[in-house]
Amino acid sequence: MGMSRIIVKGAGAVSPAGWGAAALTNALERGTPLPIEGLAGPAPGRPLRVRRVPVANPKPAFTAHPRLRRTSPIGQFAVAAALEAIGPEPGRLTENGARLGIVYCSMAGCVNFSRRFYDETLKNPSTASPVIFPETVFNSPASHLGALLGTQAIDYTLVGDPGTFLQGVALAAGWLDSGRVDNCLVIGAEELDWLVANAAEMFHSESIVGEGAGALLLCGSANGCGIELQAVTSSYPFSSKLQRAAAAIKARDEARPDVQNTLLCDSTQAVARLDSDEIAAWSDWPGPRISPKRICGESFMAAAAWQCVAAVQAVASGRFASAQVSVVGCNQQAIAARFGKQNSDEGRGTRDEGSARVD
Amino acid sequence: MITGAGIVTSLGTGWAENAGGFRLGRTAFGPVTLFDVSGQRVKVAAQVNLPNELPPTRLSRRSQQRMDRAARLLLHAGHEAWTQAGWEPMEGLPLVLGTTGGGMSLGEALYRQAIQPPYGHRGQPARVVHYQPQRQALDLQEALGFVGPITIIANACASGANAIGHAWELLRHGQAQRVLAGGYEGLSQLIYSGFDSLQALSPTQCRPFDAHRDGLALGEGAAVVALETLESASRRHAQILGEIVGYGAVSDTHHLTQPHPQGEAAWAAMTAACQNARVSPEEIGYVNAHGTGTPLNDSAEAAALNRWAGSRAKTLPVSSTKASVGHLLGAAGAVEAVICLMALYEHWLPPTSTLSTPEPACAFPILSRPMDAKVEYALTNSFGFGGANASLILRRWG
Repeated sequence: MGMSRIIVKGAGAVSPAGWGAAALTNALERGTPLPIEGLAGPAPGRPLRVRRVPVANPKPAFTAHPRLRRTSPIGQFAVAAALEAIGPEPGRLTENGARLGIVYCSMAGCVNFSRRFYDETLKNPSTASPVIFPETVFNSPASHLGALLGTQAIDYTLVGDPGTFLQGVALAAGWLDSGRVDNCLVIGAEELDWLVANAAEMFHSESIVGEGAGALLLCGSANGCGIELQAVTSSYPFSSKLQRAAAAIKARDEARPDVQNTLLCDSTQAVARLDSDEIAAWSDWPGPRISPKRICGESFMAAAAWQCVAAVQAVASGRFASAQVSVVGCNQQAIAARFGKQNSDEGRGTRDEGSARVD
Repeated sequence: MITGAGIVTSLGTGWAENAGGFRLGRTAFGPVTLFDVSGQRVKVAAQVNLPNELPPTRLSRRSQQRMDRAARLLLHAGHEAWTQAGWEPMEGLPLVLGTTGGGMSLGEALYRQAIQPPYGHRGQPARVVHYQPQRQALDLQEALGFVGPITIIANACASGANAIGHAWELLRHGQAQRVLAGGYEGLSQLIYSGFDSLQALSPTQCRPFDAHRDGLALGEGAAVVALETLESASRRHAQILGEIVGYGAVSDTHHLTQPHPQGEAAWAAMTAACQNARVSPEEIGYVNAHGTGTPLNDSAEAAALNRWAGSRAKTLPVSSTKASVGHLLGAAGAVEAVICLMALYEHWLPPTSTLSTPEPACAFPILSRPMDAKVEYALTNSFGFGGANASLILRRWG
């Protein structure tokens, strides 16, 4: 089917490097892993190793909004990244009946409040807080963001492993392509909690869990110029017939990246057992590569979003013609996407079944 | 086209038990035995009497043993839909699921062990993996022998309707020829306690659209549908059970847990679904309302239905099957879509069994008794926390 081009209008990020996409980009350019902090867990004297988002100073203005006063960090990260992607005039996106869709993605979700509420339930259910419970729901950050932006258009909260963020990008492209929305935010977010860090440590003791969010604002354009979403591959779920290593190779093969002047943004995190499948799949990559998780930590959906934000920033800087994103998720799927500089004389593309390819 | 449907609720496992129960207007609530509710204000739910054995699938014994209750509910419904459709193992089949809690009971067990000395990890890695909804989706794929992209929508209580609506859009936009879609939810202590803390649970009886309603009742279950294009179904001479013809999804920004008092987004979702389906409210023969039984939901939905239906309202049969099986949260939209499918296919309408004094604000008749009826179109509403509003329209086939 015919498809309009999908343009990245803006990008935003909150990460252990700081509040803003520039802080993330600077940290990635420095290439030095950010400092590790200790996070108290339930076992005395055994702090968990994490990378936290620094406290915002000054506090973001949006936290004064009635819906955002008591959100947990994941909601604040998501909103901050989304607002940065939108830019200074968020009202314009819903002017004159324009429809702003939201695809919000998370793996662990609102775990701070979930853990707190369940703890209250175990101690005494009659005093478990009705204020906290609604904030435990997966889609509460998307709801708060929608209320802040005043959008009544379709919004989906997607859960899954980090590859889900690229599925979210493809979903947004589909909505734009079909005319379902005029603009669409795609957000990936996670928050730190000892429960998550403890769980990650059970599988890989070297894994350093982080937190934050990344966001892209996408729009459709038949003839515009800018950073373009060029392709999202099919999702390759892991199964007994398609092990993780094979899925990574399939995604890489379908991506067919142009190696000329292209940056690879991968999902490795300096944990050998976790990285080996992706490293093998991209072993012949001759060009430069960056790995946001190595710098900022394993932040699941937020990290996949940072990969895309970094890819967009790299192309926008003019240093690369395109950027290839590879996500080999922890327990669901391998998938890839490509962003590039759009040439105004390029023709309209076609979409592969199940993907948002434009090439 | 819907060529397969599977359903599990507290009324039973499978189409026959559920159709029999809904057709007679049975209710299926009882004391909660899955977790401790001694400290809760309310102690009742629509708990599923889950069969001891899982249906025969390709899952290993070990994998089956690791599945939590929610995953088992999903597998029962998925297997029934798959078998009824007569699908064979295949690649590239999208799976779209809705849930709010995934394997929440495993997450709870993980937490309870994690805070107890000696803080051991025994059994914990399996809980971490199997708590996550993507594991349950992968298990379903493995069990039925198919692979394909997995999309898990967590739009609170609209998740199941969103999942089926999204699957329908994949077919409609030519992105797939077949999709397996549905919703599932297992009762969990955290969510039960959450609704109790909000005082949203009825201390008496769930009575949707009753003037004296005082809250909802939680349930659990799953429903899965096998969807395919007419071309695909015709090519293999599949039996068509019904058709999805419309889907509307809108966000209500009024409040995190309360609907707009006039049901603005609910009205918009129903209107969008009708536009998609190219039908008017006059053509809708039955509405399966979201109808939770809470004072706020039912008054907002009544206002939305009155406005949307207009002059049709006074003769439009409406019921809420949550009176029979409770609120299934992330599974509700899928289960209620399958109830509509069964009603269209077998020519009956399910009642709001517990209704005694209809809410005067309802301009429409609320079915309180089972009724035989051959209707062409049925609309089902699902509204969730966070303002996720979704409506589906189903059409009788043949």
